[in-house]
Amino acid sequence: MIVSVRSAVCVLGRFPALAGADLDIAVGEIVLLSGPNGAGKTTLLRMLAGLVPIRSGTASVLGSNLVADRRSHRRRLSFIGHDTFCYDDLTVAENLRFAARAAHASRDAASNAAEQFGLGPLAGIAHAKLSAGQRRRLALAVAFAREPELLLLDEPHAGLDAEGRDLLDNLLRSAPRLGQTVLVASHELDRTRTIATREVRVVQGLLEGGLVGSGSTAARSDSEAAAIS
Amino acid sequence: MMQLLRDARLVCAKDLRIEIRARIVIAQVLPFGALVLILFAFTLDADSSVLPTIAPGLFWITVLLSSILAVGRSMAIETDNGARDGLRLSAMDGGSIFLGKVGAVVAELLVLEVLLLSGTFALYDIAARGWLALIATSLAATIGIAATGAVYGALAAGAKVRETLVPLLVLPVCAPVLLGATKAFESALHGRSGEAWPWIQLLGVFAALYLTAGFVAYEALLEEA
Amino acid sequence: MSTTTKNAPRRSSPVLGLLVFAGIVATVVMGLFIAPKDTVQGDAYRLLFMHVPAAWLAYLAFGVTAIASLLYLVPRTRHLRWDYLAGASGEIGVMFTALMLAVGSLWGRPIWGRWWAWEARLTTTAILLFLYLGYLALRRMGGSPEQRALRSAVAGLIAFVDVPIVHFSVSWWATLHQDGSVFNSKMQVHIKDPSMQFTLLLGVAAFTLLYVYLCIRRMQLLELEEGMADRELQAAIDDRQLGVVSGASSGASQADASANSPVTI
Repeated sequence: MIVSVRSAVCVLGRFPALAGADLDIAVGEIVLLSGPNGAGKTTLLRMLAGLVPIRSGTASVLGSNLVADRRSHRRRLSFIGHDTFCYDDLTVAENLRFAARAAHASRDAASNAAEQFGLGPLAGIAHAKLSAGQRRRLALAVAFAREPELLLLDEPHAGLDAEGRDLLDNLLRSAPRLGQTVLVASHELDRTRTIATREVRVVQGLLEGGLVGSGSTAARSDSEAAAIS
Repeated sequence: MMQLLRDARLVCAKDLRIEIRARIVIAQVLPFGALVLILFAFTLDADSSVLPTIAPGLFWITVLLSSILAVGRSMAIETDNGARDGLRLSAMDGGSIFLGKVGAVVAELLVLEVLLLSGTFALYDIAARGWLALIATSLAATIGIAATGAVYGALAAGAKVRETLVPLLVLPVCAPVLLGATKAFESALHGRSGEAWPWIQLLGVFAALYLTAGFVAYEALLEEA
Repeated sequence: MSTTTKNAPRRSSPVLGLLVFAGIVATVVMGLFIAPKDTVQGDAYRLLFMHVPAAWLAYLAFGVTAIASLLYLVPRTRHLRWDYLAGASGEIGVMFTALMLAVGSLWGRPIWGRWWAWEARLTTTAILLFLYLGYLALRRMGGSPEQRALRSAVAGLIAFVDVPIVHFSVSWWATLHQDGSVFNSKMQVHIKDPSMQFTLLLGVAAFTLLYVYLCIRRMQLLELEEGMADRELQAAIDDRQLGVVSGASSGASQADASANSPVTI
């Protein structure tokens, strides 16, 4: 299991964003996280990325026990949230290069990622001057420039133009072949369900269908049906 | 170890490149510092012989105030677009990020000090001498101020009241730097460089202490604060 | 809930409080009426009975803050209790530093002929006050208890390490241009009379007890606040878990309601 979580509780301020989550993910899976806003999808992804501490329960990601160490596994994953993690005054190329080098990725990772997302023509433009759609592409390129084994994507389609969406979907489809595992939270269920190998529903800080082969069957039946189709 | 220095250089170069593009320190903090020096001269009666006597103190107060702004800018760079989370997700050690950010602030402040000091010599009519002591003082004092500023900047990074909190934290801690740098400058400018060196040693100890503290604590602060 | 009885406020025994009260009353009586006049300073020296204990307490309190901060930072001893102790002690330290400065100032007026002198110990103390005012401001910054504890532990240690540097540089600076002829910077009072000595010791003891008393009460308050917040949090976790189990269909509507919260979850 590349991800294994049991009864994880995460607290934001005074609010239990995750109230006891269980989740198993095997290498090469593409897991869709669905569920209403405020259910805990973003917190789950941030917890797996090691950005949010675990209050109780256990979590192991990429072989690291997050309760003891939520840092050393980070260089092997990429997390995409609402922010681009980029600097306004640096150009697209500079931002990509910095992200790749800061992640100790290979020498040409930055230029490869720029090419993959069609950012070549924008290389010399400052982040501040990019349109919203271009920023989303850059955020994706930053994530891929890190050469991750695990991709944690929070609403990656939001704000992306039609061409960018297709580009992203193709990359996600080919991820398992490259040994990458994907966990993607999305509201665009129709689109993402065609890519995902499994769907996990997040409701009220708990996961339905997080564990394969056990758990509350009543809650799982419909989400499993969706994942199979 | 090599990786640590490489990462520090990466962060430092990144911050300096951003400064070259945005010109916040050069176009906003430097004029602020120059203005403070001029206002001092106004209020203290420019004709009197007081100015040359107290010039070292005025100069270092100006530098300390300017450095608060420079440190604030250094922190603000990491708040936009969630850049802090980007740094946390990187493979870099917290200590190397700290060294990189301090390095950039030190470089910016040294440029600022050279320009402000030339201004002070001209405006307050002072003959410069004791160059070696002046340079050593500036280096040691600046590293101390930048290291303290970076630690407290990280401590207060999450706060909405960051802008008001950081000066309250940094200024008292830097009181020995202000005192030491002023005394060292006074001695050097009076042609008694020998008396400057004990102060410079004090500044060096201060800088080493807070560089070490920041290097050790920065990762935890980046994660939790 | 069963936890309420366990976490119920421990009524601290009134003995300590009474002892503090008695000690301070005795110090006042001894200091004002029983200890004899000083041959040089007359009655003004009596401020010493307050000044010295306040100074001792300020340093004691900041020392405790530093030790508690260190204990919090060491992983093996990390516990929020150390943060409460550091915070409580820091507050008391600031209070007594301010008191020490105020009393020193009142004392300086008749003896030195002025309220303030740029003397090493006075200047160091003033900077000390601001150092820890910043520390207290940092503690009020918000965030989770763990965040606050870590931030203030680092700040508490930095401030403490700074104290000797400040003291050293300031006294060095003061010896450079000492206008010793104007005033007796050491404020020498010859405490030879046994009742003077006794009063001073009594004052130190009474103030130390006062410190312990204030510290315990403040920590109890902080622990209670934290316990209350913890119980609220546990209730919220229970609510979320129950909400899903009980109503499968109502679960979605509840979640939609919580989506109105401004924070992205």
